[in-house]
Amino acid sequence: MSQPFRLNKEGLINRKKKISFTFNGKKLFGYEGDTIASALIANGIHLVGRSFKYHRPRGFFGAGVEEPNAKLQVEFNGHSEPNVNATEMELVEGLSATSQNCWPSVNFDIGAINNFLKMFFPAGFYYKTFMWPKSFWYKIYEPFIRKAAGLGVASIEKDKERYEHKFEYCDLLVTGSGPSGLASAYAAAKNGAKVILAEDKPRFGGTLLTDDVSIDNLSGKDWAEKIITELKSMPNVTVKNRSQVFGYYDHNMLVMFERVSDHLEKKSKFTPRQRLWYIRAKETILSTGSIERPIVFGNNDTPGIFLSAAAKEYMKVYGVLVGKKPLIFTNNDSAYETALEFKKNNVEPIILDTRKEHSSELIDEAKSKGIDIRFSHGVIVANGYKKVKSAKIGKLNKDKNSFEKIETVDCDCICVSGFWTPSVHLASQSGNKLKYEEKIDAFIPDKKKQHETSVGAANGLFTLEESLKHGFENGSNLSAKITETKTEISIPNVNEKKYGAHDKFWCMPLPKNENPKRFVDFQNDVSVSDIEIALREGYRSIEHVKRYTTLGMATDQGRTSNLNGLQLVSNIENKIVPEVGHTTFRPPFTPITIGTIVGREVGMEYMPTRKTPMHEWHEKNNAVFVDAGAWKRPRYYKQGSETLFEASKREAKNVRENVGICDVTTLGKIDIKGPDAAEFLNRVYTNAWMKLPVGKARYGLMLREDGIVMDDGTTTRISENHYHMTTTTAQAANVLSHLEYYLQIVWPELNVNVVSTTEQWAGAAIAGPKSRDMLSKLYPELDVSNDALPFMGYKEAEFFGVPSRIFRISFSGELAYEINVKSDHGMFMWEKMMEVGKEFGNQPYGTEALSTLRIEMGHVAGPELDGRTIPSDVSLNGLVSKKKDFIGKNSLGREAFNVESRQKIVGLIPIDRKSSIPEGSHIVQDQNAKLPNPKLGHVSSSCWSVENNNPFSLAIMKDGKNMIGKKFFAVSPLKNKSIEVEVISSHYVDPEGKRVRS
Amino acid sequence: MLYIKCPYCGLRAQKEFSYGGDATVKRPNINEEVSSEDWDNFVYMRKSPRGKHIELWQHIAGCRQWIKVQRDTATHEIFQTAKVTEEIR
Ligand SMILES: [Zn+2]
Repeated sequence: MSQPFRLNKEGLINRKKKISFTFNGKKLFGYEGDTIASALIANGIHLVGRSFKYHRPRGFFGAGVEEPNAKLQVEFNGHSEPNVNATEMELVEGLSATSQNCWPSVNFDIGAINNFLKMFFPAGFYYKTFMWPKSFWYKIYEPFIRKAAGLGVASIEKDKERYEHKFEYCDLLVTGSGPSGLASAYAAAKNGAKVILAEDKPRFGGTLLTDDVSIDNLSGKDWAEKIITELKSMPNVTVKNRSQVFGYYDHNMLVMFERVSDHLEKKSKFTPRQRLWYIRAKETILSTGSIERPIVFGNNDTPGIFLSAAAKEYMKVYGVLVGKKPLIFTNNDSAYETALEFKKNNVEPIILDTRKEHSSELIDEAKSKGIDIRFSHGVIVANGYKKVKSAKIGKLNKDKNSFEKIETVDCDCICVSGFWTPSVHLASQSGNKLKYEEKIDAFIPDKKKQHETSVGAANGLFTLEESLKHGFENGSNLSAKITETKTEISIPNVNEKKYGAHDKFWCMPLPKNENPKRFVDFQNDVSVSDIEIALREGYRSIEHVKRYTTLGMATDQGRTSNLNGLQLVSNIENKIVPEVGHTTFRPPFTPITIGTIVGREVGMEYMPTRKTPMHEWHEKNNAVFVDAGAWKRPRYYKQGSETLFEASKREAKNVRENVGICDVTTLGKIDIKGPDAAEFLNRVYTNAWMKLPVGKARYGLMLREDGIVMDDGTTTRISENHYHMTTTTAQAANVLSHLEYYLQIVWPELNVNVVSTTEQWAGAAIAGPKSRDMLSKLYPELDVSNDALPFMGYKEAEFFGVPSRIFRISFSGELAYEINVKSDHGMFMWEKMMEVGKEFGNQPYGTEALSTLRIEMGHVAGPELDGRTIPSDVSLNGLVSKKKDFIGKNSLGREAFNVESRQKIVGLIPIDRKSSIPEGSHIVQDQNAKLPNPKLGHVSSSCWSVENNNPFSLAIMKDGKNMIGKKFFAVSPLKNKSIEVEVISSHYVDPEGKRVRS
Repeated sequence: MLYIKCPYCGLRAQKEFSYGGDATVKRPNINEEVSSEDWDNFVYMRKSPRGKHIELWQHIAGCRQWIKVQRDTATHEIFQTAKVTEEIR
């Protein structure tokens, strides 16, 4: 097993550790420190995928985050992940990578026929073709596009990995560890600032790892290592590799994606796979560097064509040659460094330079080394289908729009450089508007919008000397403002090669009668002709051109294509680039896994679970739970093979006939104290509260200012200035905020305090005709007669030695009591009640039976108080005081609330006395009427009346009070049911309310 | 995510707060006559400015105080925060 393209010595990989992996089933090996890309190239493999639209063969183009092509389906550590960037993913033992978007194989792909049918796939193809007829969309077009367009395959397995979120605060966040980033972090750290330095790659140093420079007589790589070592040793500095800051949000919050263990062969059970960092930074240094731009030419997507800096990185970092017969195609000096690196490794490159013959430090060095340099030359078209075999090159005329000479040269790779584009994504995300810098033909950050400062190449400073100085100065000044300490640092001596000026040349012309595809955006298969078509068809705004052609809309966010696209538009339109403008950058900068976004908030950890003190008892006694907000409430207690319907009927019936107990701990409880508490309640509730005596409870109704019912519940006067309010389970938090709003903002003069006591009390309701008998056994010392403890009465007494509160209130409509004890005594109370209640036929009942009991009594709850009903709609107008003012009172006079045909609560029973009416059914006059069938109301709550042994529902119905006795249909298209119903009173059982007072 | 300075607790993340609308709206006095127009204005009519806006937030996962925040609705810049008893100038 030899690696034909691996150099003998070069590189930062660990040659002592071989790593085996497979690619499309083929067994291969690489070394520790390789990426999938570098290992494949070392093995001479370039064809890795097929393109999105035309299924053209594609290879590697970059060596990192800029890669547009090499997205693989990768299986490792037991999971399969699509769209993995092969140039970023580190090799791990046993990894298996496969090509995407090809069938049956990457070498023979049926979809490639699109390439020969490309006249059918121009820009806007989807918009134009799949418009008509409309009915074709769902059945034919959409499935076809989905099948053809899918890149990778998302796993449908449960993700077993662990993901974490982390919240961090710092003085200075530095995004990128190239020269300017290292300098900034170092200067800030020396000033005592709390610094986080984030590097996307596994290795720190950025371009210092690949550029032939020296700093203070150290090589770039050694200097970077020295600085990083020192930073790591400082307690005020956090240094993170494999960490991509991908989003810049409001108020200087940045989000970072850390690949914690994807590169590890083994890890402990609790090591997360990836971690999401929310970092609130006082200042941010954006040292994100720059990305090389290609020059556009014919068939420039053929495998074997690389960015020239990527080719250099493969040699210097991975010890890998991207080819042995390289053609270097450039408009600037930086590609000469790549050529010199080839030469150093005994490979003979040919340089094609679009500029006229001239001289610079690098050109002179290349010349002196005997490298073949051809000025005013460029690549016209690459030859070879699955790999570059040769190139047709041309000598450009003076205007660079036609050729003086055309010839074909053999080559096995083409390294292209069209100068550099600062990575301004994060700056743009921060709200910075960006400005066009003529000198480098690219956008750089403009005026700050947040606390962000772009340094070095990210700010268009391309020499090492400028970059370092910029980094040191900004790192020092920004941190000194925070720490008020300034440590002088001498800026190191730099040795680097001086670059000449670049050529403003971005796209090769084509000779007459030749028409190969010239790609601008590789990942989305957008070519020069697509952009031409968009402009010809009248698209002018760059945002529209982007959407019509999909230029820059792939996951690489147009890192290598945006500026070439802009240059092209500006050339055709005869505008300058800043007039064309740029499209908006949005997070995330690179794709991140859904798992990281979710973090630990999955399954049970998705939200907190609130359990009552009696939860364990319910569990042991076969309770089936239902979620009530975050609470778990027993829905019913299953006996044997009972269904929900059977069990809830049994439980409800037992309450009507004997006695039942229900865990009501989840009800919201608010303690209200203060000399003005009565006045406050009088304003909050619609009914009168000034005269409620100590030791009495009252049912209260509260409205929003718009007159809509907000909540209901009982409030008890515990002592002179102390009230105990209950709210519904669902509205507890809202009611507390509501009360706090009025006390803090509207009526601060009221001397009242409110605090939630929901968690402090455990509650149990005892309901049924035998509840008083049971109560007297629970409180043998206490007089619980109707006279001593009447309806709405309140007493405090010891419950088997434990302090307790007894409220005579009822939700079920039966004679009932509610006992509260401190939460810690909840289980004790419950078990005692079960024991004592035995002789009375006591059974626990859940929320389903509770609903049945309240529905057949016509008591309203959440489904009726749905944010659309006023008191009279739900027959609660008796609770609305005419004498006093209260929250929402003025709204009740509104015309629409007072029309004769206003909606009102009614009861419904099915004519056949058998068919249950689905909740949510619409009430209509004629079940066969043409749609839209006028809706007269809706069914809000349904139950099986245990009292009358037939279905019963509550409904909110237009002109409800005049509908009693009439017949309608309750229609539920969802359940495919239509039931004939009769309208009756909403109080189906005990309409006079005798039982609660008995 | 916004970073809001609670006048009682200091700088806290937005997720600790809940939004409460325009802070300049004044409820008509209780027990006093109010015209339908004034009442409707209080209940329903709100300006939706692009730019500076004084609004209420409640520090629900903190001190539970309602506070005033002056925020730019377009850029989310927060200029000032204050207790509800204080004025924002
Ligand atoms: Zn606070």
